[in-house]
Amino acid sequence: MSMNRREFLQTLAIAAASGFALDSRSALASGNAGSFYDLPPFGNVSLLHITDCHAQLLPIYFREPNVNIGLGQSLNKVPHLVGENLLKTFKIRPRTPEAYAFTCLDFENAAHTYGKVGGFAHLSTLIKQIRASRPGALLLDGGDTWQGSATALWTRGQDMVDAGKLLGVDVMTGHWEFTHGAERVKQVVDNDFKGKVDFVAQNIKTNDFGDPVFQPYVIKQINNIPVAIIGQAFPYTPIANPRYMTADWSFGIQDDNMQLVVNEARAKGAVVVIVLSHNGMDVDLKMASRVSGIDAIMGGHTHDGIPAPIIVKNADGQTLVTNAGSNGKFLGVLDFNVRSGKVVDFKYKLLPVFANLIEPDAEMANLIKAVRAPYEAKLAEKLAVTEGSLYRRGNFNGTFDQLILDALIEVKGADAAFSPGFRWGTSLLPGEAITLEHVMDQTAITYPQTTLTEMTGATIKSIMEDVCDNLFNADPYKQQGGDMVRVGGISYTCDLRQGIGKRINNMMLNGKALDPNKKYKVAGWAPVSEGVTGEPIWDVVSGYLRDKKVITPRKLNLPKLIGVDGNAGIS
Amino acid sequence: MNQERRTFLKSAGAVGAIAVAIAAGLLKPGEAFAAAWNSLAFTAKTATDALTNSGYSGASESNDILIKVPEIAENGAVVPVEATSNIPGTTSMAIFVDKNPNPLIADFTFLNGAEPFISTRVKMAMTSIVRISVKAGGKAYTASREVKVTIGGCGG
Repeated sequence: MSMNRREFLQTLAIAAASGFALDSRSALASGNAGSFYDLPPFGNVSLLHITDCHAQLLPIYFREPNVNIGLGQSLNKVPHLVGENLLKTFKIRPRTPEAYAFTCLDFENAAHTYGKVGGFAHLSTLIKQIRASRPGALLLDGGDTWQGSATALWTRGQDMVDAGKLLGVDVMTGHWEFTHGAERVKQVVDNDFKGKVDFVAQNIKTNDFGDPVFQPYVIKQINNIPVAIIGQAFPYTPIANPRYMTADWSFGIQDDNMQLVVNEARAKGAVVVIVLSHNGMDVDLKMASRVSGIDAIMGGHTHDGIPAPIIVKNADGQTLVTNAGSNGKFLGVLDFNVRSGKVVDFKYKLLPVFANLIEPDAEMANLIKAVRAPYEAKLAEKLAVTEGSLYRRGNFNGTFDQLILDALIEVKGADAAFSPGFRWGTSLLPGEAITLEHVMDQTAITYPQTTLTEMTGATIKSIMEDVCDNLFNADPYKQQGGDMVRVGGISYTCDLRQGIGKRINNMMLNGKALDPNKKYKVAGWAPVSEGVTGEPIWDVVSGYLRDKKVITPRKLNLPKLIGVDGNAGIS
Repeated sequence: MNQERRTFLKSAGAVGAIAVAIAAGLLKPGEAFAAAWNSLAFTAKTATDALTNSGYSGASESNDILIKVPEIAENGAVVPVEATSNIPGTTSMAIFVDKNPNPLIADFTFLNGAEPFISTRVKMAMTSIVRISVKAGGKAYTASREVKVTIGGCGG
């Protein structure tokens, strides 16, 4: 049974008893956005940063992870801190709006109290307000903007292209954008963006002759100070996503070329050099230690909302590394004080976007309304009601992934199921109706086919080992930035003291050890090879939900982790 | 690269490119293809045998061999490998992929002081050490990098 009104009120009462205010507006601030978002101007070069909004035009809930494990050099270091560990490190008080924004702590109660986050109309108002006090400030979009919602999928990203332009994005780089295909990206960059938005990427070259596909960087004047913005697209796009979608392009980290581009920009007079990155934060931190001459790497991809920059020393000084979260939850504001041709000081603030605190911008609200209008009724279909909260983010299965896995196993008649470890996907609170829009928020990709494949136990293990290494390889440059593949039906242990081939052990299916030589039916979705056919994942999940009507709290199939005692990435 | 050059090279094709290389004195016809073929080295099944049979065993590690390879291969069928030897008097450079069924990929001879730079693509079935070995002044040198080969998917 779902939570009824009485239970809901009881939950609120518990929230009140534990120190939460009930009215989100008064809980958030003293009645208006003015005080919360009062950010005094500083210096003379300001950069505003959004990243990984995943096409969320409207305010949403987004639960931050309770498992984000760091190992080796990343052990107990940013961004591998969750819950109380993150609060302590950044001196954020618990049970505050900031604690709700940056951690998963007491998520359900805090979400009831402080409300939804993000939304482009709200973001737009906030950006206008911040820009008003910072003339000449640039707005940077780190990518993963054109994917993550039904409307972005069905308009081939056009809704987000238009919204980004209206938001006033100046410079952009990308990742999921490329899953609309190379031609589509080129079409937008050469037409919609022409003369308005600079799409930059130093690390995308043609496969044949190694020619740049996009301009590697752009130099813009802020208060008459030349500022270079260098693009770093997601280095592993052709590996993590279907290669055939960008068949003629090569990506990669290419930090030697990054150094050349930094030097070239400096030689052309850039006084401030910024890298707009979709590396993922661990890769950003390593890159900052190897390449010199960058003032700040403003990054995304791994969806880490990090309240303060990390200062990395390198051969020629230091580089700030910032990461600005996901799903429109945050706006990063980096202010530099530049004197005599040099950065002398900085201030940084990662502002959470609380929808209840900000008046939506009318023009943006109208655009959103217009782009949604043709699809609104279809997306509003209530497929089922969830009794527990549903979320995805975390190194291992989230509850929404578990729901997808349960649906795949049942609908496909499979022994086991795999679901990709994506980091996008919004959250639902207990008692909420699951609409088609929510399902699309978890599944809206251009390669949505579901599959049922016979695999030996040995193959299943090798796939899990491979993905696990992409997450936990000791070298950040050999990580891909997704989370562990979500596994349904098979329990396992994961020994994080080991290397590839030795982490995944004790695999059991229905109480029996998995036989390496026996074949099992494994359901999955999001195939990266070309020409795969199969019912789209959203149809499989929607059908399952319509059938069940009420979704009981999911039992998570989590591996037993070994070698993570005291790890600050587990809450 | 300008469009004309791209179109020209595309239509000229691989044979054309080799012809250009021979004309430029980078490759010696006949000698490069037939006489220098070292069957024992190219059919060796282990890295140790391949190194021994090609005369690169006992090489000392060198920082003067610069290797450019991806950290993770985008396509295991065509992994770009680029290498430069800054060791004076370099006369040959070879590429080994330790875990390949036949680890020796190519052995290049540089005549008359040709610049010791190679750029090619290799096929890799699994994560492996990619080794560049150099002969200079009668001695052998080596440097290596790991290239990861993964099934992909599941990212971001």
